[in-house]
Amino acid sequence: MALVLNEEQQLLKDSAVEFFKEYLPIDTIRQLRDHPDSEDSQNGYKKDVWQKMGEMGWPATIIPEEYGGLGFGFVGLGVVLEAGGRTLAPSPLLSSVALGASALLLAGSEEQKNQWLPQIASGEAIFTLALQEGPAHNPRLITTRAEIKGSDYVINGKKTFVSDGHIADQLVVAVRTDGDDNSRKGQSLLLVDTKQAGVSIKRSVMVDTRNMAEISFDNVTVPASALLGEQDNAFAVIEQIVDRGNIALAAEMLGSVQEAFEQTIEYLKTREQFGQPIGSFQALQHRAAQMFCEIEIGKSLVMSALNAVDAGGFDIPYMACSAKVHMCDTYRLVSNEGIQMHGGMGVTDELDIGLFIKRARVVMQMLGDENFHVQRYASLRGY
Amino acid sequence: MWYFSIISPVVFWQYMTLCQIVDEGGCKWPNIDSYIFYPSFTRRKRYGQLSADCDSKEALEAFAEETRAWLEENCPPAMREPVRSDDDMCWGGRKWEFESEDQKLWLERMVAKGWTVPTWPEEYGGAGLSKKQEKVLFKEMRKLKCRPALSSIGVVMLAPALMKYGTEAQKKEHLPKIARGEIRWSQGYSEPGAGSDLASLKTAAEDKGDHWLINGSKIWTTYGHKADWMFCLVRTDFNAPKREGISFVMFDMDQPGVTTKPIHLISGTSYFCQTFFDDVRAEKSQLVGEENKGWTVAKYLLQHERDTIAMAASGGGKKKKPIEQIAKETYGEEKGKIADSAVRNQLARFQIREAGFGLTLQRMGDEAKAGSPPGPASSIMKYYGSELNKDRRELMLNCNGMNSLGWEGDEFNNGEIARSWLKSKTNSIEGGTSEIQLNIIAKRVLGLPGVVS
Ligand SMILES: Cc1cc2nc3c(=O)[nH]c(=O)nc-3n(C[C@H](O)[C@H](O)[C@H](O)COP(=O)(O)OP(=O)(O)OC[C@H]3O[C@@H](n4cnc5c(N)ncnc54)[C@H](O)[C@@H]3O)c2cc1C
Repeated sequence: MALVLNEEQQLLKDSAVEFFKEYLPIDTIRQLRDHPDSEDSQNGYKKDVWQKMGEMGWPATIIPEEYGGLGFGFVGLGVVLEAGGRTLAPSPLLSSVALGASALLLAGSEEQKNQWLPQIASGEAIFTLALQEGPAHNPRLITTRAEIKGSDYVINGKKTFVSDGHIADQLVVAVRTDGDDNSRKGQSLLLVDTKQAGVSIKRSVMVDTRNMAEISFDNVTVPASALLGEQDNAFAVIEQIVDRGNIALAAEMLGSVQEAFEQTIEYLKTREQFGQPIGSFQALQHRAAQMFCEIEIGKSLVMSALNAVDAGGFDIPYMACSAKVHMCDTYRLVSNEGIQMHGGMGVTDELDIGLFIKRARVVMQMLGDENFHVQRYASLRGY
Repeated sequence: MWYFSIISPVVFWQYMTLCQIVDEGGCKWPNIDSYIFYPSFTRRKRYGQLSADCDSKEALEAFAEETRAWLEENCPPAMREPVRSDDDMCWGGRKWEFESEDQKLWLERMVAKGWTVPTWPEEYGGAGLSKKQEKVLFKEMRKLKCRPALSSIGVVMLAPALMKYGTEAQKKEHLPKIARGEIRWSQGYSEPGAGSDLASLKTAAEDKGDHWLINGSKIWTTYGHKADWMFCLVRTDFNAPKREGISFVMFDMDQPGVTTKPIHLISGTSYFCQTFFDDVRAEKSQLVGEENKGWTVAKYLLQHERDTIAMAASGGGKKKKPIEQIAKETYGEEKGKIADSAVRNQLARFQIREAGFGLTLQRMGDEAKAGSPPGPASSIMKYYGSELNKDRRELMLNCNGMNSLGWEGDEFNNGEIARSWLKSKTNSIEGGTSEIQLNIIAKRVLGLPGVVS
């Protein structure tokens, strides 16, 4: 598959860039942060804009036409997320589509897909993945248990840092139905309605003003039909969902990195010291050029990773690790340098660079940071 | 100022090795093939006459079949062995001593076909192939692991400049000899006082009516001591601004007044030298382009560096032991992992960057194919590629431990790892240093301003 966008994808990207500039400009994050009592702020996203995004068809990108989707594939979703990354657009697109819809597409029965995918595609239903249980991503460690009682599952346990957890309608919950806390065997996925009795959700207010939640399950009972995929054998599917999530995150990061970088370059051209633009100093020029190179490499990795998902090849996990590692490194570099190169201005809330660095660390941590993925990559390559 | 780079055959060689190693690592990346032989996409439409007929799918398939049959019949088995070092390459020229009868035969056969310069017109020694046919030819050569029959600075650097700026007489005189590997060329650009700041060069050319007398010195002249002719930048006007007094001339190096002194490299080889000129004669008829406009020709010539990489990329290669396997042997293995987790991480990080670089080359190719002008991605190639290659060589030392530092003897393969490591240090110097590349990216791509003095 070519590493360039086709005409259709380019159009999608252009319209997404315009849309986010208009409806979710970067100031949205400041508004949400500074008016904590407003409804939008409580939700952590703008419902009316999300509805518009649904009308634009963005949650439908990766969903096949037979389930009410557009069949644009992951490249389609990626370009929209990249555009959103430029304005740090808060929306449940990543949770609901890259994670939620992927879970259904990878493991759902025909019935489950027919029931939920059209609702995800239109934006009516918001899904997310409830996986993590501690401070860091560790997909093997699942202590949330689901006991089998008759034909039901009874869930007890706690999930942490569930992205968009407090606004989701449906959770894809990773539970343990068998085995030790740390074993790959014995994991299962259950679909749980967030309004279900015994589900309690507490929003975690994070540095990036976006949505995370801690979710407890207290004897939550769901029927056998809530099982997604095979009982006890969900680990492989979870990895596949997480791979897609990381590739989507890498696309978002790519957008943010480019924006932060461009703003920094602009500053280098306009800020003057010693009677000249600071961008004329070679110490800064070289660092800027090095960042540029890393971003170019990032574009290629992200594009290949998105392509890999659409091609459905064996290389998806390799690409997911590679894209995530590289975008973590690059986002760290560009956000740190972005502050440094803005001098005193860089640490003020006046500029956007501070918003980028805050979001940077959150997306880097989500679904595994660079250290996690370097090691996973080594394991995948057999060393 | 420098938005191009000087490239030596050794650079191409490094690039080629770089690509091969990606392959040898047993890399599982998709489409890897398309970047092992990546550079043809950067080749500009130059000599090839694109004819719809010979480029149709059927015609190309037939051509591939013919080519394969010919290569199988004509490429001696020894010429399908992997290239071990520069010495296995055939550089041609008056002083050339063929390494073997097979090497000679292979060159003669390829020359007769016009396939040392496949897309050149027949009158200049080529075969008049289209770009696509050439691609097929290289692909078939790669499949059969045929070595390139000829490596030549003349083909990849001088010829494009001659085609564009040379007189008809110059083309007729020089191009066929280049195609047949009869004359070996060297590039006289750098001087002891003019490296990164090439335009400050001082080698003087004194006007003597029908010829110039040249005095001065060039340095880092790749294979200058083995070359027959030199294309050379000389100063013909000392009063003009520095870029406007330079001329591009060619002369025979076999004349009194030309002396060369080999320079020994830390890698133990010596493939370049300092060249001294004492009243060396260059005929006016051998001026390329206009007098004092040599800078334009010089720049144009340098833009052809990537074409060269394509040429070099058609050599064969044997599977070597994957680097992860070496690391396991050096540091031990625990549950299938390299026991030293720091080495393991270092290796994984390197391989991710390597893949990112390979994919970027592929993306550049796809962008070129899609018709967008050569994107900014092209300017990262030299910088990132040479830094990456240096890192690769450092990693080889880490993974091989003390074995990597053996210098002589069969047990160390005659110091191959150490020598390659040392050689890699030239990557970020030759062809415009890494710093110069970063200057170019900062100014040309990012549009950052120059210093106000
Ligand atoms: C293997 C090899 C083969 C070569 N083959 C040939 C050949 O065939 N023909 C030929 O003519 N030349 C050849 N060269 C020469 C090569 O082009 C020069 O070495 C190169 O351009 C650098 O020049 P220099 O060595 O004088 O270093 P210098 O220019 O003196 O550089 C020294 C250091 O200063 C830095 N520096 C210089 N200017 C700047 C600046 N403006 N900003 C920041 N940093 C700066 C450099 O990056 C470098 O780190 C070859 C070189 C090598 C290593």
